[in-house]
Amino acid sequence: MENTHINSSSKFVASQSDFQKLILILKKENYTIIAPKVKDNAIIYDEIVSAEDLPIGIKDKQEKGKYFIEKTSSGKYFDFVVGPNSLKNYFFPTEKIIFKAVKNKNGFDILEENYETKKYAFIGVRSCDLEGLKTQDKVFLNGQYKDSYYKKIRDEALIISVNCTTKADTCFCVSMNSGPACKTGFDLSLTEIKLNPSHYFIIEVGSVMGEKIISKLKLLLATEKEISAGENLIEQNKNNFIRNIETKNLKEKLFKNFESPIWDEIATRCLSCANCTMVCPTCFCSTVEDITDLKGENAKRISKWDSCFTIEHSYIHGGNIRSSVKSRYRQWLLHKFSYWVDQFDTFGCVGCGRCITWCPVGIDVTEEIKKITK
Amino acid sequence: METNNFDKILPKPFIVKKFKKETHDTFTIDLISKSSKFDFKPGQFNMLYLFGIGEVPVSISGNAQNAKTFIHTIRSVGTVTKKISKIKSGSVIGVRGPFGSHWPIEEAKGKNILIIAGGIGLAPLRPVIYNILDQRKSFNKVALLYGARSMNDILYYKELETWRAKLDFDLHVTVDRGDKNWRGEVGVVTTLIKKISMDWNNTIAFICGPEIMMRFVLEELLDLGMKENEIYISMERNMKCAVGICGHCQIGKEFVCKDGPVFKFSRMKDYFLKREL
Amino acid sequence: MKQTLEAILKDHPFVKDLNPKHLHLLIGCAANIRIEQGKYLFKENQPAENFFFIRKGQIAIESFIPGKGQITIQTVDDGDILGWSWLIPPYKWHFDAKATTPVRAITLDAKCLRTKCEKDFELGYEMMKRVAYLMENRLQATRLQLLDFYGN
Repeated sequence: MENTHINSSSKFVASQSDFQKLILILKKENYTIIAPKVKDNAIIYDEIVSAEDLPIGIKDKQEKGKYFIEKTSSGKYFDFVVGPNSLKNYFFPTEKIIFKAVKNKNGFDILEENYETKKYAFIGVRSCDLEGLKTQDKVFLNGQYKDSYYKKIRDEALIISVNCTTKADTCFCVSMNSGPACKTGFDLSLTEIKLNPSHYFIIEVGSVMGEKIISKLKLLLATEKEISAGENLIEQNKNNFIRNIETKNLKEKLFKNFESPIWDEIATRCLSCANCTMVCPTCFCSTVEDITDLKGENAKRISKWDSCFTIEHSYIHGGNIRSSVKSRYRQWLLHKFSYWVDQFDTFGCVGCGRCITWCPVGIDVTEEIKKITK
Repeated sequence: METNNFDKILPKPFIVKKFKKETHDTFTIDLISKSSKFDFKPGQFNMLYLFGIGEVPVSISGNAQNAKTFIHTIRSVGTVTKKISKIKSGSVIGVRGPFGSHWPIEEAKGKNILIIAGGIGLAPLRPVIYNILDQRKSFNKVALLYGARSMNDILYYKELETWRAKLDFDLHVTVDRGDKNWRGEVGVVTTLIKKISMDWNNTIAFICGPEIMMRFVLEELLDLGMKENEIYISMERNMKCAVGICGHCQIGKEFVCKDGPVFKFSRMKDYFLKREL
Repeated sequence: MKQTLEAILKDHPFVKDLNPKHLHLLIGCAANIRIEQGKYLFKENQPAENFFFIRKGQIAIESFIPGKGQITIQTVDDGDILGWSWLIPPYKWHFDAKATTPVRAITLDAKCLRTKCEKDFELGYEMMKRVAYLMENRLQATRLQLLDFYGN
């Protein structure tokens, strides 16, 4: 309705068909739409073209070292949580050219890379992933050096988040103060409500960009009853989290236990496979590779994802500072829950539980932290 | 790209103006650029890029006053440095920087300065020595203790002789292995500390060398009564980006590339004795 | 003004907190000496008959390596103590010691000191404690040299 005053905390109600229309509007606006999609028996963030591509009725089950999905007849669009990839893959790609260089008679020229980036609309971003993005912003945008590729994608991205009304056993966002409800940082935030026979979404506006998009849908403001229904679902979801972490004084407690025998015990299980760093929405280590073509006339420098679990991560003149698996696991955990706090004013963990699910030997950070800080 | 990123991420081509062999595995190159203006502070480093091969962080070892060239003393230890060791004058090397923190000479005004260098550690300290000598009257006693492996591994021999001749500069050099031609002291650099008489309550120390050497030197200095916030050390770690986003150079919460490489020891003390940190 | 040996020795760290009775016993074995630059204080395998408090000058502890000649392993100078082989059987020197500058030192006669230590166990214990401390420091420094930490 043109007369409805839209402000940044307006909540609207949208039907299923409104939601389907929303996606079509985004397509018309030339967004590349990234949303949860089933692929290879997992739900990952991938490109979609319509609401039908979403994992409708799919539910996930996660435990340490275990992940599977199953079909249900719920008809819900978002009845699952997070899968093996995160927004990180889009903002901080696995490989990226930093510069190209060309030999010339005076030596060489360095060519700045002009990134061709896509305008992304992310739909279905969970609170933990939203917080994960904000955490990565601190690394790539807030330091003395700002990553231009990251900034470009970030500035153009539209984020439509989803408040979680379900959870997996591996989730612990409440402990990390990053969920299940999305607080800030979204353009639009959805809460899906399916109380047969009704199926609708509460859409909260979070920014001017969000306002612009939603105004094209001509939605009604949500009623008190509709808003409460959504809030109740979220409130209920806050109960019964199986996993938690005590974050009070965690930074100091973990570091104090630098010599704990628990690290040695973990090292007997950890494969240093780096799965946890790959699925983690906040891990940011990268390495560089310099290559030339066969003639040696053109060179490029590429940045690639790296992990502190690799033995060469800490290589320096002829040796590795952290050669043992124990020291590498310890570095990862201490960085995430201790050093990060001093570096970026926040924990490097958003409680998404991916590292627990995707660890092939099922190492559970919430368990290990309890043991170490006992 | 924002202009502030240009210097930090894209190497600028510099020409090797001079190449000098210092010892059997160490050499010094002078790099000049027609188009770039630069200045640096003692203690900072550049990332030197060899076309298509890779980059290596190297401290700047020249005089920071009116610097017209970037001077780097490099030890040939890995792929990139071995390649640089074969470079000829006139070749082009990419440079990005300068990066990192500097030796805080301003903290030492009116105080004594003790500089302890081990091996190639003298290279990142040379700019601050120049700086100190340029403003000698601002400081009380100044001493340099330098330990090298053997006589053939001593860097900047001629300069050391010039410094030794100064009346207001206390210089002691020792080697780990003596030989026929060496008439000076033989023994590890920690043994030189007790030969200096300084008021340890009014002294700032700048130390650079292998971590194990710094560990023992620190023990001596702290035993003598120096405080953790009066001692500065230069640390080294694996570096890729030099701007604090690749995660490689971290020591605990500190990024060596931007919080260091020069650190007040109080910032490092919780980490220094922890193995495999 | 000629200083007495006691006055010179008593401030040396080696005899710190040594009871005056024992210091007196030590002085009884002490003498002032001068060594010319280039002269050897002792050579490998010679009986260890003295120990030296170096007042001024530098001494190089050397070993002869066939094919390489005299190699300096360590240097000691002002304020250092040289030698403890006089206290440990077989009372023989294991290295050469050459004055690389003119040296002024106080030497203590080993037989005299050993006899006094056997008669007065308290003195003996004090000597052992202090020599052990010296050896520990020297061993530490030598180990660091061994680590060859400027190498790769």
